[in-house]
Amino acid sequence: MIRGSITVAQEICKGCELCISSCPQESIGLSDRINSIGYRYVVLIKDNCTGCINCALVCPEGAITVYRQKKSIAKAAQIAAATK
Amino acid sequence: MIVHDDEPRLMKGNEALAEAAIRAGLQAYFGYPITPQSEILEYLTVEAPNHEFVVLQAESELAAINMVFGASGAGARVMTSSSSPGISLMQEGLSYMASAQLPALVVNVNRGGPGLGTIQPAQSDYFQATKGGGHGDYHLIVLAPSSVQEMADFVFDGFRLADEYRNPVLILADGALGQMMEKVILPKAGSLPFAPKPWATTGKSDDRERSIITSLFIQPEKMEQVNLELQAKYQKVQKEVRFEAFHVEDAEILLVAFGLSARISQKALELARERGIKVGLLRPITLYPFPSKVLANLVQNVASVLVVEMNAGQMVEDVRLAVNGLRPVSFKGRMGGMIPTPEEVLHEIEVLVEQYRLANV
Amino acid sequence: MDTIPAITDMELVYSRPSTLTDTPFHYCPGCSHGVVHRILMEVVAEMGIQSQTVGVAPVGCSVFAYNYMNVDMQEAAHGRASAVATGIKRVLPGKFVFSYQGDGDLAAIGTGETIHTVNRGENILMLFINNGIYGMTGGQMAPTSLAGMVTSTSPYGRQTSTMGHPLRITDLVAQLPGAYYVTRQAVHTPTAVRKTKKAIRNALEYQKLNKGTCFIEVVSNCPSGWKMTPVEANDWMEKNMVPFYPLGDMKIPKENHT
Repeated sequence: MIRGSITVAQEICKGCELCISSCPQESIGLSDRINSIGYRYVVLIKDNCTGCINCALVCPEGAITVYRQKKSIAKAAQIAAATK
Repeated sequence: MIVHDDEPRLMKGNEALAEAAIRAGLQAYFGYPITPQSEILEYLTVEAPNHEFVVLQAESELAAINMVFGASGAGARVMTSSSSPGISLMQEGLSYMASAQLPALVVNVNRGGPGLGTIQPAQSDYFQATKGGGHGDYHLIVLAPSSVQEMADFVFDGFRLADEYRNPVLILADGALGQMMEKVILPKAGSLPFAPKPWATTGKSDDRERSIITSLFIQPEKMEQVNLELQAKYQKVQKEVRFEAFHVEDAEILLVAFGLSARISQKALELARERGIKVGLLRPITLYPFPSKVLANLVQNVASVLVVEMNAGQMVEDVRLAVNGLRPVSFKGRMGGMIPTPEEVLHEIEVLVEQYRLANV
Repeated sequence: MDTIPAITDMELVYSRPSTLTDTPFHYCPGCSHGVVHRILMEVVAEMGIQSQTVGVAPVGCSVFAYNYMNVDMQEAAHGRASAVATGIKRVLPGKFVFSYQGDGDLAAIGTGETIHTVNRGENILMLFINNGIYGMTGGQMAPTSLAGMVTSTSPYGRQTSTMGHPLRITDLVAQLPGAYYVTRQAVHTPTAVRKTKKAIRNALEYQKLNKGTCFIEVVSNCPSGWKMTPVEANDWMEKNMVPFYPLGDMKIPKENHT
């Protein structure tokens, strides 16, 4: 399983929640906090992100940056886990 | 320095104007047919294969002026032409271009109106040309030719002024000037150089910020600033005032007329002088900026002013403003495409002379 | 602070394109404009054509598009964007020129320019954001508003007998020989976003061929005008707009470069 992560530009997120409904891992949720433009911004709420970029694709603000493990590292981790 | 050909040609006004545009380095023309100026578009479509310029018959005058906006914003030397009803359609675009500070040459071959009107010549678009016509505080620089020679020469002047002031320039001609044939010595190609336009949308290179051409300044503080800039520009434009004066040194009656009316008035002046009446003529060449100062000076020494126009009385208002009550101002006009004769104007002069002499007995 | 698993062994796979300025969008939360602006600028960045692109912004919510897109741009009068784009492309034939318009701009006041720009086969990209409503001016009916749709100027629902039928302008345009590539897309799901981005990429590649107009309609939302949340709006769009404005290619080049 490839692991990924996102960072969200909290100050431009408008809490539209389109990323939340596009995430196949249900990893994203609204923060309890409000940014300076008055919106609850989104945050990762689980650590099972796969870096699929669905959220970034639908984000109308371009607020999401996505990271993903390189395939080689993911493969290595898989092998390591299997041989434990 | 504009250089002219050695030999004259006999040409129709509209065609001389179009040929001059080509020689002035026209890069794009967008227009729509309307009588009495369709020859401009037609001439350019015939000549286009021999040159580099773009010519396109747009789907309407509305489309044409917006194509002019785009091409001008992209840095091109661009023009359009139309006649009264079509110029009405272009007013929004002209207001936008003045606000966005875009250069372009626009030609109005004025026909009788209002409304669909007639195809005969008139000068009834003076207000539209000089006072706006489009919305907002702006001005077009307006040139009024009175001969086929000036139909050609003013194209060069127009493009030059448009580029220098980043403003649309309007040539206010009329159907007679457009259709008549006269001797013309055309300006030579290459006499009007191109200056760089770093503000144009030619593609954002790494060495500059992106160019934005817009007339939208939604914060009123910014909009006021833009207006102040435009007003300052129009102050500078005042030095471009041009006029012609005939026999004003000893004139008792001063005729004021532009374009075709000036030609007619000039003939009336000759007839009057033959009868011993001292008549002079002031012919504004720029209608904006209007030669107010010159006029105010000239009326010191005359008894009476007669304004001759092919409309219901438009430039006469600017004359009255300049004269400022110092002397009586009368008006002789024909409307709806009718052209006054020199004899009609002479008759008005004689009436004024009677009044003046009676008053001074 | 959001929980970020260690990124140290991860590579960057997606970020906001450099061809967007840093200015945050003024659009309502969830608005499709933001997505389309972003993917358009992504394509410009990926093709390396930032210095060769000139865009035309309309009158509508996206009137300030030039504040967000870091390319040379002009602001057109309402409805006239494709005429302005024509003027630009005719004098700068080597540049990538696009017009970006909403449904009022393109299918109401600009209908004449729209038809004739395509009829002439102007070699530009025309982007048409269709959300069936006039957003900027407060939610009035658009030519593309659906029958029965409640807007501020059809408060009892659009009555086709007096207010006309919703206008499938893209279908009209697709019939013109000057149209080279005509497609209708959307940006309400990740798959749809990918497809729309591909369509934009196709269109700008086709512009190099000088074979006619590329016209992309993006069926879009207006959460504020429709008075829904963004998620509800996209859902409503899929259930109501898309059946009337079906997605897919309407005209593809015979040579079919994909």
